[in-house]
Amino acid sequence: MSDDVQDIVGDYRYGFHDPEDATIRFDKGLSEQVVRDISELKNEPEWMTDIRVKAYRHFAERAMPDWGNCQMLNAIDFDAITYFLRSSKGTENDWEDVPEAIKNTFDRLGIPDAEQKWLGGVTAQYESEAVYHSIREDLEQQGVLFFDMDSGLREHPEIIKKYFCSIVPYTDNKFAALNTAVWSGGSFIYVPKGVHVEMPIQAYFRINSKNMGQFERTLIIADEGSSIHYIEGCTAPTYSTESLHSAVVELIAMEGASIRYSTVQNWSVNVYNLVTKRGIAYKNATIEWVDGNIGSKLTMKYPAVILKGEGAHAEIISVAYSGAGQHQDAGAKIHHLASNTTSRILSKSICKNGGRSSYRGLLRVSPKARNCRSKIVCDALVLDSNSQSDTYPTMEVGNSSADLEHEASVSKVSGDQLFYLMCRGHSEDEAMGLIVNGFFEPFTRELPMEYAVELNRLLQLEMEGSIG
Amino acid sequence: MAEEVLRLTDLHVSVEGIDIIKGISLLIKQGEVHAIMGRNGSGKSTLANVLMGHPDYKITAGEAYYQGKPLADLKVHERARAGMFLSFQYPSVIPGVQVGNLLRKSVTSVQGESALNAREFRTELKRQMALLSMDKSFLTRYVNDGFSGGEKKRLEVLQMLLLQPKLAILDETDSGLDIDALKVVAAGINSMPSETASLIITHYQRLLDHVKPDFVHAMIDGKFVKSGGPELALQLEEKGYEWLEVAA
Repeated sequence: MSDDVQDIVGDYRYGFHDPEDATIRFDKGLSEQVVRDISELKNEPEWMTDIRVKAYRHFAERAMPDWGNCQMLNAIDFDAITYFLRSSKGTENDWEDVPEAIKNTFDRLGIPDAEQKWLGGVTAQYESEAVYHSIREDLEQQGVLFFDMDSGLREHPEIIKKYFCSIVPYTDNKFAALNTAVWSGGSFIYVPKGVHVEMPIQAYFRINSKNMGQFERTLIIADEGSSIHYIEGCTAPTYSTESLHSAVVELIAMEGASIRYSTVQNWSVNVYNLVTKRGIAYKNATIEWVDGNIGSKLTMKYPAVILKGEGAHAEIISVAYSGAGQHQDAGAKIHHLASNTTSRILSKSICKNGGRSSYRGLLRVSPKARNCRSKIVCDALVLDSNSQSDTYPTMEVGNSSADLEHEASVSKVSGDQLFYLMCRGHSEDEAMGLIVNGFFEPFTRELPMEYAVELNRLLQLEMEGSIG
Repeated sequence: MAEEVLRLTDLHVSVEGIDIIKGISLLIKQGEVHAIMGRNGSGKSTLANVLMGHPDYKITAGEAYYQGKPLADLKVHERARAGMFLSFQYPSVIPGVQVGNLLRKSVTSVQGESALNAREFRTELKRQMALLSMDKSFLTRYVNDGFSGGEKKRLEVLQMLLLQPKLAILDETDSGLDIDALKVVAAGINSMPSETASLIITHYQRLLDHVKPDFVHAMIDGKFVKSGGPELALQLEEKGYEWLEVAA
C-alpha cells in the first residue's frame, strides 16, 4: 500500500488482501462476448443469456446518470475492470471445505462466529461468486428458499424468470444495465405464505482483487403474510487503484408481508459503490431499508419503495459518513401509488476532513392515491469547515389529500458538549465519538445488537485523530 | 495532616480578553468543604470552568496547583481522570447517548483498571440512584434531553457519586430545585466519602443549611472580599453583599 493511500484511509482494518489465486479470471474490459462467456460458463438458460445481452447493448449506449456526482462517475474506466473472477471451485455448505485463504478472510471478518450466534442463514461472496452458504434446517423445513443467486437460477428458474428485472428493469439506469449484463452471485430468497423468519439472514460481500467489479444480484420475495430480515455487509482491501461495486436488489412484499433489508457498507475508499435497490409493497405490506454507508470513494444509492397496494408502508432509514476524498450521495425514493399508504424517511449524515454527504430524495404521490402520509427528516452533522453537506429533496404530489412533513437540519458539535464529556474523563476524540454515535443512534437501534456495536466501533475509529 | 488538594495563588482569569477573576488565593485540603458565595457575574462560574480547563477561559496570572501539580499541565479529561469533578450549572444535552451508557463509559474512563466490573457497577448504580430517588427509566433516556431542571441536577450528582472525585466542584447545583429536590441533592452530596474535598458555588445560603461548609468565601467582582466559617454564610443571607462592597 502506498503512503498516500494510507493517508487517505487511515486505519481501515479490512484493508488486508489475500494472494489472488483465481481459478478463472476474465481479461479486463467488457464486450458482448464477455457477457456471453459469463452466461455460458454458468450454464445458464437461454432466456437469461438474452437478457444479459440486451442489457449489455443498453449499457453500451446509455449515458451516465445526469444526477449525482458526474465528475466522479466519469472517472470510471470500464475497460480497466475485471468483470468476472472465480476463486473457488464451488459454493460450500461446510465452512471447513472453503479454501483456506478465503476462509481466513471471513474468519478475520468475524462471519462464522456471527452465524453460530445469531443468524438464520448466511452466504459469503468472494469476488464474483458465493464461496459458502448455509441455512438453518428449520427454515428449510418451513419451505424458505435461500440460495446464492447462481444456485437459485439453477434450482428455481421458474420463480426467477418471473421476477428477475420486474422491479428494476435493465433500462432503469446505466448501472442497472451493467449489473444485468454481467451479474454474478447475490442472494435469492423466497419466504412462503405466513412464514416468519425470526433470525436475520446475512450475506457478506468481499472484493479481494484489484480493479475488480462485483455485480451481485439479489431478489427477495416475501409471500403473503410472511416476514424476513436480511442483512448484508461489505468490505474490500485497500488498493491504490479503483474497484467497482454495482449491485441490483429487487424486493417483493406480497399482501401483508414485511421485508427489512439492512446494509452496512464499509468498502475501502477506492471502491465506487453504485447500487440500485428497489422494492414493491402490495396491500398492507411493509418494506424497510436500513442503509449504512461508511466506506467507498463514491456511493450513489437511493433505496426505493413502490407502495403499490392500499395500506402499504415504507421506511427508509439511512446514515452516511464521509471522510477525506469520499462522497456519499445517498437518499431515498418513495412512490405512493395507492391510497392510505404511509412512509417515513430518516437520513442522517456526518462529514469531516473534506468529505461530502448529500441527501437526494424523491417523494411521489400519484393523483389517484388518496390520504397518503409521509414524513421526511434529514439531519446532517458537519464536523469541520472544509466538509460539505447538501440536501436535494424532490416532491411530486399529485393531489391535495396527502399529509407530508419535511424537516431538515444541519448542525455542528458544540464546544460545550465536548467540554461536558471531557469533564467526565473522555478525551476529545472519545467525546467526539460519543456524540457521533449518539447522532447515529436512531439508525443503530434498528440494527441487531452485534451490528450496532460493530458500527459504533467503526465510527469511533473514524473519529480517532480527527481533532488536531 | 490532611493532604493539599487545590492551591490557588493570586489567580487571574480572563474570558475573551475580559478580566473576570482578579486575583484569588485558596487552599483546599482533603475532606474540606468550601463554599463560594456571590451574586451573578461575580466570577464564581468562571472559577469552576477554569479549574476544569474550559478552552475559553485563560489564566493570565497567578498559579493553580492540583495535588501539587500545575493544573496547566493537565488536559480537561486528564483532570477528570485525576479526580476533579464539575457538577455543571447548565449540563449539555447529548442526543442519542443513553444515560446508562455514558455513566458506564465515564466510570471506566476515570477509574481505569480499578473500575468496578459490570455486575458490581450495576449494584452500585442501583444503590446511588435509590439514594437520589431516581427511577431506573433514567438510564435509557438520552443525556439531559428533555430533562427538567431538577432531573439535570440529580444526574450531575449521580455522576459525582459514581466517579468518586477527590475534588468535587458544584456550580449552582442548588439552583432551580424545589425544597424536596434540594434535600435529595444535599443527601447525595453528604453521602460522599469524608476525605472528598468540595467546592460549592452558590447564590444562596439554603443549600448550606443541608451541607455544612468548613469555610465560606464571599466573592465580589472577581475577588474574595471576605472568608470565614459557616457563620459568614448566615451573615450574607441576612445582610446581603452591600456591607462587604463598602468594605471592599
